[in-house]
Order: sequence, then structure tokens, then C-alpha cells
Amino acid sequence: MLVKRDLKPLAHIYLIEIIKGLAITMKNMLFARNVTIQYPEERRNYSERFRGMHYIKATNGVENCTACMLCPTVCPAECIHIEAGERPDKEKYPVKFEIDVLRCCFCGMCEEACPKDAIKLSTIYEMSQSKRTVFSKDYLLEQRGHK
Amino acid sequence: MDQIELIAMSAKIALVVVFLLQVVPIMVWVERRGSAWMQNRTGPNRVGPLGLLISLCDALKFFTKEDRTPGHVNKFYYTLAPIVAVAPSFITFAVIPFASSINIDGHVIQFQIANLNVGLLYILSVTSISVYGIIMAGWSSNNKYAMFGSLRSTAQMISYELSMGLSIVGIVMVFSSIELGQIATAQGATLLQLGPIAIPKWGVFVQPLGFLIFLTASFAETNRLPFDLPEGESEIVAGYHLEYGSMRMALFFMAEYINMTVASAFIATLYFGGWQLLPGMTFILNHLGLEGMGFEWARVAFELASFSLKMVFFLWFFVWVRWTIPRFRYDQLMDLGWKVMLPLALVNLFVTGFMIYSGVI
Repeated sequence: MLVKRDLKPLAHIYLIEIIKGLAITMKNMLFARNVTIQYPEERRNYSERFRGMHYIKATNGVENCTACMLCPTVCPAECIHIEAGERPDKEKYPVKFEIDVLRCCFCGMCEEACPKDAIKLSTIYEMSQSKRTVFSKDYLLEQRGHK
Repeated sequence: MDQIELIAMSAKIALVVVFLLQVVPIMVWVERRGSAWMQNRTGPNRVGPLGLLISLCDALKFFTKEDRTPGHVNKFYYTLAPIVAVAPSFITFAVIPFASSINIDGHVIQFQIANLNVGLLYILSVTSISVYGIIMAGWSSNNKYAMFGSLRSTAQMISYELSMGLSIVGIVMVFSSIELGQIATAQGATLLQLGPIAIPKWGVFVQPLGFLIFLTASFAETNRLPFDLPEGESEIVAGYHLEYGSMRMALFFMAEYINMTVASAFIATLYFGGWQLLPGMTFILNHLGLEGMGFEWARVAFELASFSLKMVFFLWFFVWVRWTIPRFRYDQLMDLGWKVMLPLALVNLFVTGFMIYSGVI
């Protein structure tokens, strides 16, 4: 489609506009700050409320989780699988606690639902793995990062 | 040809060939870093100091890739095309003088590989051969996008070669020679004397309009943005080298950058005095306190330096413009070539003729 554009009188010759453009690129090259970050060395600072990889909080080496099943119930992606077991000295505990991270949508509702402050979302966002890691209880209990 | 001349000739050829081959990786780096800086990025900075070795890694990658010939291509022309594309770019540089002559034991050594008396015509004719490489590549690939690319390239080259040739005619009229060495020498004369500042008779001062036309046309001839329609990534995938891989693809790549180098050298020779010293350099040279052969060699070194500086500026200018202006639309390109540049080149010709007739230049 042909569109009639109202150009300034000399804009049709391009020359002046091109020189203006060249000045802009040169100004950007010489004086503008880089907007990129050098990733492995520099990290972007995310908010403390960032919802990244899950972990299970432990007190004195024992996980806080009591296998109350609130988090798999509330989970919209149905990615938490818990098998509950019993322990003589304490109440219920999770025999198996697995998160299917591929299904997880990082909504953080499990964290909100948890009455024991057990499942939490850390600020870690690098979740690629070089092998088939199961995000099992042992894996989640390890403290990576902070919150 | 005796020994000294033989040695000098080999040295000149080696210098030019090594220089042209080295320009490619360095320009690739300049292109990537320059574009990054203009776009507020950092660019490749991992391999080597300032990321300078990135081009070496690229070359290594090109060498180690599988050199595969697709089944649907015309094998003969497919193989021939990259060679035809890259060879003219190398041989064009032969006639460009990169310094004036020096006298060694009675032998006058000229810093120009071939002192042709038809240098200008030679460059024009040889550069037009390189379009055959592109056409062959596009046609033999048996792919519609590749063919579109090569057709666009042909149309573009024909349209812009006209105004390019006409703008050069102005230079030929002013300096009454088509020998590049003589044109470069003639540009040493003084055009105007404004008190202590002498304005040299460089092509850009006697042919400002011709210079603009030539510069624009050389952008089109080298298929650089804003005239890179033969490649047109967003429209026709990659254009004429779509079906190529590994080192054959790299040859097209090299041809583009070497063409750029030749175009820059050509602009420097025709319009910016070639090896004529830059302002201020004459003063430094005369105050170095050198005599005899020492002075002569210093003069040659200074001339080489000023020629290189002019050329490097235009190489940078190619990159600078590329990352400033978007691609032209095809009909706009043709409009500019036929309706603006060609009439302007003709006007330039008449004005130059009138000025020469009236004795102004």
C-alpha cells in the first residue's frame, strides 16, 4: 500500500537525515552505558520475593514437613507428589516428596498453603540439569541459595 | 626484471595478499563489536583480549564443518560460484597505489602491484565480474530465495554501476588520466591557499557531488546495508548463499569484506588523495631530522600510514552506516538509482565540464 507521508522539506534527499542518524549511533557508541550484563560474572538482582526453585526447610536436620497434603491439594499444576509415612517419635512425615519441576508454574501457592513453613521457593532461577535429576526429598532438603 | 625488482614485487604481492586476508577477521570483529557498542551492548569479549580471537574461532568452525553439496544443485556452477565471487575482490587491489615510488640503487620501485595505464577501467570491469559469482550461486542453488537474491543483486549492480561510472568520469575529466598512480599524484597540488592553510586538490574538494554519488554507489556495489537486498535476511532467508555451508559460505563472506576493503581503498585513492600525506604529517616528516634513504623510507612509511588511515576510516564508515540505516525497499532502491543518482551524476558531469571549460578547476 502506498502511504503519503508528510516529510520535512529536505527529508527526501536522505542526506541530512542520514547524518543525523550517524550522529545518534556514534553518540550511543561513545557515551551510552551498556544495558546488558555479563551473565556468569554479573547476576541480575531479583526481588527477595522472587519465586524460584523449591526447597524444604529443615529444623535440626529434620524436615519441617508433616505430610499434611495441603500443598499437593492447592497446587494448580499438580506437580507435588507426597507419600506419607509414620514415625514413632513424631507425627506424620513424607516418605517421598517429589516435585515435577517441568509442570510447576511457580505460583508459590504451596508456600502460602504450608502451615509448617516447610516448602519454600528460593531465589534460584537456574534449573537446568546435565542429568535426569529427580527433585526428590533429599534434593529439595539441600539448602541452595537463601530466602 | 632483476633481483631487486623481483624481491620488491614479491614483497608487495605478499603484503597486499596478507593484508587483504587479515582484513576479513579483523573487520568481522569490528563489525560485531561496533554494532554491539552502538546498540548499548558489549559484544564478543570472551575469547582472547577484547574478544579479538572470536574471528579465529569462527574460521576454525567454518573449516571443521561438513562441506556438503545439496542434491538439487547444479554441481559445476555451485562449486565455481564462491571462487568467482572471491577472486575478483583479490585482484582488484593490484592497481591501487598505496604509497608513492622509492628509488633503490637506480631502480624506481612503485608501491603498486601493477602499474596499469587503464587502472580505473580495470577496477570497474573486474568488480563487475564479482556479480557473476552471485548470479551463479543463486541460479545453481535451484532455490527460489537464492534466485531472488541473485536477481536482486544483478538489478542493483547494473543500476548503480551506471551512476558509479558516471561519477568517476568527473574525476577523469578533472585529472585527465585513468591511471590511478597519476590521479593520486595529481591530488597533491594545491587547490586553494587560505593564508597558512592550503586546501589540497583532493577529489572530494573538486567533486563533492561526485563523491557522494560514488560513495552511495559503492555501498550498493558491495551489497552492504542500506542496500543489502541480495541477502535480505527478513525477506528471502539468506539470499544467494542460502544453500552454501562451511568454507564455501565463508568465501562469500570473505568476498564481501574484501570488496569493502577495495571500495574503501578506491574511495581513498580517487577522492581523498590516495597516499598524499594527511594534514600535519608533512610538518612532522620534515622535522624528524632524517636525510637520504632514511628520509625516503620515512616518507614511504608516512604515505602508507596516511593511505591506511583513510582506508580504515571508510571501512569503519561502512560498518557505521550499516548499523544506522535500515534496508531500502526494492522499489525505493530502484527509484534512488535511476531517478535520483543517474540524473545527479549527469548534472555533475555537465557542471564539471563547464568548470573545466571556464578554467575554474
